[in-house]
Amino acid sequence: MAVRAKVAGIDSPEALVHALTSAFYLADDGLATAAYLALALGKPLLLEGAPGVGKTEAAKAISGVLGRRLIRLQCYEGIDAAAALYEWNYPRQMLAIRQAGDKPVDIYRDEFLIERPMLQALRSPDSAVLLLDEIDRSDHEFEALLLEFLSDFTISIPERGTLSARERPVVILTSNRTRELHEALRRRCVYHFITYPAPEREARIIMLRASGVAEETARAVVAAVGRLRREPLAKPPGIAEAVDWAEAATVLAKGGASWPDAFRRSIGVAIKDEEDNVHIAPRLDAIIQGAAA
Amino acid sequence: MMPAALPDAVTPFVAFAALLRANGFAVAPEQTTSFLSSITLLGPRSLGHIRRAANATLAPPPERHEEFDALFDAHFLGAVELGRETAEPDRDDMRVQEDRPGGLEPPASDDINEAGQAATTAEALSMRRFGPADEADTLRRFQRKLPERLPQRRGYRRVAARRGLGLDLRRAMKEAIRNDGEIFRLPRLKRRLRRRAILLLIDVSGSMKARTEAHLRFAHALVRAADRIEVFTIGTRLTRLTRALRLMNRDQALATASGLVSDWDGGTRIGDALQAFFAVPRFAGTARGAVVLILSDGLERGDPKAMTDAVRRLAARAWHLSWLSPLAADQGYRPETAAMKSILPHLDALADAGSTERLCHHVLNLAQPRGA
Repeated sequence: MAVRAKVAGIDSPEALVHALTSAFYLADDGLATAAYLALALGKPLLLEGAPGVGKTEAAKAISGVLGRRLIRLQCYEGIDAAAALYEWNYPRQMLAIRQAGDKPVDIYRDEFLIERPMLQALRSPDSAVLLLDEIDRSDHEFEALLLEFLSDFTISIPERGTLSARERPVVILTSNRTRELHEALRRRCVYHFITYPAPEREARIIMLRASGVAEETARAVVAAVGRLRREPLAKPPGIAEAVDWAEAATVLAKGGASWPDAFRRSIGVAIKDEEDNVHIAPRLDAIIQGAAA
Repeated sequence: MMPAALPDAVTPFVAFAALLRANGFAVAPEQTTSFLSSITLLGPRSLGHIRRAANATLAPPPERHEEFDALFDAHFLGAVELGRETAEPDRDDMRVQEDRPGGLEPPASDDINEAGQAATTAEALSMRRFGPADEADTLRRFQRKLPERLPQRRGYRRVAARRGLGLDLRRAMKEAIRNDGEIFRLPRLKRRLRRRAILLLIDVSGSMKARTEAHLRFAHALVRAADRIEVFTIGTRLTRLTRALRLMNRDQALATASGLVSDWDGGTRIGDALQAFFAVPRFAGTARGAVVLILSDGLERGDPKAMTDAVRRLAARAWHLSWLSPLAADQGYRPETAAMKSILPHLDALADAGSTERLCHHVLNLAQPRGA
């Protein structure tokens, strides 16, 4: 195992927290440790958590800290090798054969190879971060396809042989846990389960992310969102919703609305499900009053 | 690393991995290696470092985090381990029972019976097994017919076809090479048809007692015949049975399954059980676009509103929702209870579950065009 204690100038979880903060991402110790270990051990980082806790944001921030471009592969049911690994440029191959006439022609050269995200990451490990987003949406076959890549960082192309990375690329996987991932996949990764942040941290996130939100507003939103998450909702508000709510309420308040009213009128950015709205409507006033207190 | 000469400092960490395995956590050797490397990397300057390194590399599933932390404390801090079994609180809210901590993927075929416990329970159950011979026959025929009779949907993946919208460039290229670069016909792609997933919810409350065993036998036949299926029992709690029922031997499967269910012949709180089903995202996900079958008489003792809500949500996700009630065997059956009346508009079908034959008939005909 290629262990590098220092990656892009980061030599401890604390240094990573610091670097991530300057990239506008407030990581807790657990996440920073897992991310640092993934970088240092050269293993993929698997982030799980409810929708909206900032898994994809974490990947973006990490690529920002490392100064590398983010290659994002959104997974979906039925995703296959042609979409994730590589594809041959068949029309160009066809033309090449025509033009060559009687001369022999190698149609499996690089110029005929279309690189898909995983191959791109493999070929430029020092300048890219690969994000395999919402891996739980893909099916079991695709997970199996990932195993070779995630353990050895190689991709086998039948016509070309096995391509391997010069050095281990940084790979981040995210999952919403709509289904359980295969043990073999989890085993190959450094794992972190992201929970909703503590109120204090969430308030800081809101102030960092939203423009011109006062501290009291941020605190009130965090308290209200915390209560909402304890209600039996189909779509509990994530961090992005909390940020939007704080921003929306601030905009309305600047337009002359009173504070509780601004919160109430902008609830649509936090609760985005009609049934949830119906459930929460009779309780909303109490929640907002309680949060503002 | 030389296995014979483990340095002293490493021993507690390796022992912790062994302790986790002994407590039913899946820890692979490479995870132990990563754990050791991480500890070297981190210093470690505090116990917090070790705990976070353990969390990141040994990857306990989130629902077993507390157990993991307790083991960690017991191992590294020498804290007294609390008796977990006795500490289980007897709360009123709905509890969810998973058949194995492993999750939703299919089991590695024969690994369930290794412990040998299943065999002894199998014996106990086989004593009171009196499935009539013609029922076994019905189920066998059902299993054979099911794969081709299940409702289908268009999948995302595309396969070669004689006609279709997409061009299969890969195959065109292969054929062109064979023919010196000439293309004689254009191979095409179409979207593959896939069988719809099935979600089977079995009511195991007291009022369904007479039919429960037959329903489990039916569930076993269904699990054996369909590839994408989930089975849960609902009663006073929600229990996932899919894994247990995948065993080929029916008696073994039913014995394992009945060992998992702890609320046989209890009360009925369908609403709460279904709410518990929705509370776990990866359970709730199995209902999406699926054929949902509920085997229940609908005699709800809990809040009828909770049940109506849950059924409405289920109907919104499912492709087809059937309520199969033994009471519906009677020709003149009309739903009388408030709960049944209020869920009626959400159901695609209310059918007879009075006999296994009727059940099989209903499932085999789901793919037929539905009447209004």
